[in-house]
Amino acid sequence: MDTSLYAARRRRNAVAIAASFIATGIGLAWLALILGVLVWNGLSGLSLAVFTEMTPPPGSAGGLLNAIVGSLIMTVLGVAIGTPIGMLAGTYMAEYGRHDRLTSVVRFINDILLSAPSIVVGLFIYEVMVRPMGNFSGIAGAAALAVIVIPVVVRTTEDMLLLVPDSLREAAASIGLPRSRMITRIAYRAALSGIVTGVLLAVARISGETAPLLFTSLNNQFFSTDLNAPMASLPTVIFQFALSPYEDWQRLAWTGALVITFSVLALSILARTLAATRKMS
Amino acid sequence: MSLIKTIVAAGIAAAVAVPALAADVSGAGASFPYPVYAKWAEAYKKETGNGLNYQSIGSGGGIKQVIARTVTFGASDMPLKPEQLGKDGLIQFPTVLGGVVPVINVDGVASGDLTLDGDTLAKIYLGEIKTWDDPKIKALNPSAKLPSQAIALVHRSDGSGTTFVFTNYLSSISPEWKSKVGSSTAVQWPAASGIGAKGNEGVANNVKQTKGSIGYVETAYAKQNNLTTTRLVNKDGKAVTATAETIAAAAAGADWSKAPGYYLILTNEPGADAWPIAAATFILIHKQPKSPADARIALEFFDWAYKNGGQLARDLDYVPLPESVVKLIRQTWASEVKDADGKTIYAVTN
Amino acid sequence: MVDMTWDRAGMSAQDAADRARALGKLRLGDAIFRNVTRFAALMVLALLGGVIVALVIGAWPAFEAFGFSFLTTQSWNPVTEQFGALAPIYGTLVTSLIAMAIAVPFGLLIALFLTELCPKWLRRPIGVAVELLAGIPSIIYGIWGLFVLAPFLQVHVQPALISAFGGVPVLSSLFAGPPYGIGVLTAGLILAIMVLPFITSISRDVFEAVPPVLKEAAYGLGCSTWEVMRHVVLPYTRVGVIGGVMLGLGRALGETMAVTFVIGNAHRITASLLAPGTTISASIANEFTEAIGEVYTASLIALGLILFVITLIVLAAARYMLLRIERRIG
Repeated sequence: MDTSLYAARRRRNAVAIAASFIATGIGLAWLALILGVLVWNGLSGLSLAVFTEMTPPPGSAGGLLNAIVGSLIMTVLGVAIGTPIGMLAGTYMAEYGRHDRLTSVVRFINDILLSAPSIVVGLFIYEVMVRPMGNFSGIAGAAALAVIVIPVVVRTTEDMLLLVPDSLREAAASIGLPRSRMITRIAYRAALSGIVTGVLLAVARISGETAPLLFTSLNNQFFSTDLNAPMASLPTVIFQFALSPYEDWQRLAWTGALVITFSVLALSILARTLAATRKMS
Repeated sequence: MSLIKTIVAAGIAAAVAVPALAADVSGAGASFPYPVYAKWAEAYKKETGNGLNYQSIGSGGGIKQVIARTVTFGASDMPLKPEQLGKDGLIQFPTVLGGVVPVINVDGVASGDLTLDGDTLAKIYLGEIKTWDDPKIKALNPSAKLPSQAIALVHRSDGSGTTFVFTNYLSSISPEWKSKVGSSTAVQWPAASGIGAKGNEGVANNVKQTKGSIGYVETAYAKQNNLTTTRLVNKDGKAVTATAETIAAAAAGADWSKAPGYYLILTNEPGADAWPIAAATFILIHKQPKSPADARIALEFFDWAYKNGGQLARDLDYVPLPESVVKLIRQTWASEVKDADGKTIYAVTN
Repeated sequence: MVDMTWDRAGMSAQDAADRARALGKLRLGDAIFRNVTRFAALMVLALLGGVIVALVIGAWPAFEAFGFSFLTTQSWNPVTEQFGALAPIYGTLVTSLIAMAIAVPFGLLIALFLTELCPKWLRRPIGVAVELLAGIPSIIYGIWGLFVLAPFLQVHVQPALISAFGGVPVLSSLFAGPPYGIGVLTAGLILAIMVLPFITSISRDVFEAVPPVLKEAAYGLGCSTWEVMRHVVLPYTRVGVIGGVMLGLGRALGETMAVTFVIGNAHRITASLLAPGTTISASIANEFTEAIGEVYTASLIALGLILFVITLIVLAAARYMLLRIERRIG
């Protein structure tokens, strides 16, 4: 046996294995570092006031209520606008046009939209909504978020509907159920948890988005639910406060970051458990 | 389907259920006056319930957004020339006076320890002076202990009236600066490297965080954040510190009545105690606003600020305008700002 | 839909009419639903088309003013209204390159760990941890980078780099200049951490899809773990890995918030990685709401269009490659 070659191979293997251990360790360390700093700084500013007071001018005490409410409103609206469109498109792709040309093109385009830079979405909504309307508005922010939601929902709806066995569809057809009823009553119900998972993932995705809101909903230091006016949102407030030199603002920024991160993580965990229960059943 | 229905219903309910209770008027622009506008808006809301939503996005942004009519008023430290005001149908009026001060972050140097002059400042920002122990800086500060640390430049990345005021000052002192760079809200910074920060806030933040850095901010930001300021040599050759008094001294000779559109630049003013980089900050409003009601609220706010906001301004080292100028401004409102039928929107009755 | 052939003779005329009406309604409902879904699918296409059209229209004044030289000019001068996209494009490409150079080896190694070396009970938690990293919103990376990473780099790492490479001929200009803390290298590092979970999870998924028989055959011949990875798994999954890498690249190119905080916003190209620079998305985020003048705004929208085109090309190539491997896996 050629011991030198064997030794060299063993050495290379050892190096590679060590490298992968180290890489994993570093990766986990980064996660711990980021989450640790986030929790440390965010918790120090966390108090009931954060959820009950408005964003203050620098030097005064306050909270993040208007930002949280604004984010909630725009997120809910964005999902409300984007989900129906996404679901219907996904339905077409999975049910009616499963094998036709349109579907494959739409699938391709959809995947591109899925990963498109969100700032470009912001520019698009600025051009088609903010400029003609003449003012920044919460509804423009919601529209920008909807544009980000649509591809996510299209993808999951199509994937989930494709998982529904055709035997169910055939059974429905055999008792004379019209196709639209079959889809809404049978296929949707079968794929429901998967679709809800997709919606939750979309919500998680848009909760942390800042760039599309920067020039659509702008920001608002007061409490406002007026959709036709600038609206505060957690990410834009964090952007403004973190880049400022005021310590009380920076603390609020960290707390806001903590709120967003844990909401997003909670939603992802919820989506994951839903997916798991579906797999088990 | 019912899940979706619930979501949509909730969204619409949330949007419709609570209409804006009191008026919220929006304005955007300079970060130069942001600290005082924010304090004024907070006090005004407590007193009257009307909210003034002011977004500090830089003077360039204020000008752009008010021209585009996406906000009721814009704020800019760079005054627009009368021709441009006429072209866009705007009026402009000053609100407070303030000053731009160089801030540094050098170990062992405290506020007021370091003195610079316009020429040295220009050379630093041109990239010709690269380290803190450069002979030119030493010449102005023979007794200061300066490290041989590289100077980290911080400037603005956004369209900034503060930049306009700062570069205006450098242009008036240094012909080299004037020809190479010029003066505007956003310029092409000549040095090999420098950080662009967003807003006065960003510059203050970066100077705070970066050792060996120099930046320029409005005095309120230096004060609120305990930044190290330098003294400057003014036109009369004296080294002065930026305070409300020296800023007021710079504006002492200003004759607002002779300036159409209140266009006055207060940099490099003569006077033994004058701060060389003083400036007024301006508000821009349409002569015929899209929403007369909103414009009225905005003008009421500024009127309230002229009457009651003086102490809040002085606390932050801004200088309130003299009463004679405020009178002129009220006259401008009464004669220029009208609604679609030609009626004056806001005339002060006292 | 099947029309049941019941005994029509037993039906009254009224029942038959009712039945015909009900069937007609159902048919109409069906047709409406079908067309509504078709319309929604077309809307997705229209959305992409709309984005491109809106961007082209918005950017037109800039292309009219500068033509092709827009892509090759470095100067970004709002005073004289001369704008060039070279510095942002350069910054975008360099930061993404740094990010991929770090994230790809790390991601592959972590995927190797997860598929070959990790004990079964640890696999799930680490997988979840990787997805947690992916789920953290990008603005948090931005503020973490600004407040934690940048000061650390400025005080401990960058001065060491500057003095270490001070004498070396080429590398000294790569690591020159005052230690700002923020800059191109810092932005690249943050992007690397952001892109890492994507590459890791896609690599892990394709690694797991390798038929065990191939690996077992190699092990049976006496190959070490590394040799199996290098000579069996990677060649088999090459297309999928490249697809995942390109997806990560697409993400890195378009990332805004994480980069805006730490890039330093300087519209110039410097050799030094430690100097501030700018990327396309950071420029737009910082300057858009304040750009006065038609040419300035159009130049920023033109930057957005350029970014969209670059990411389009990268993503289309990635999707095409992933399509190929999905077909192969079946």
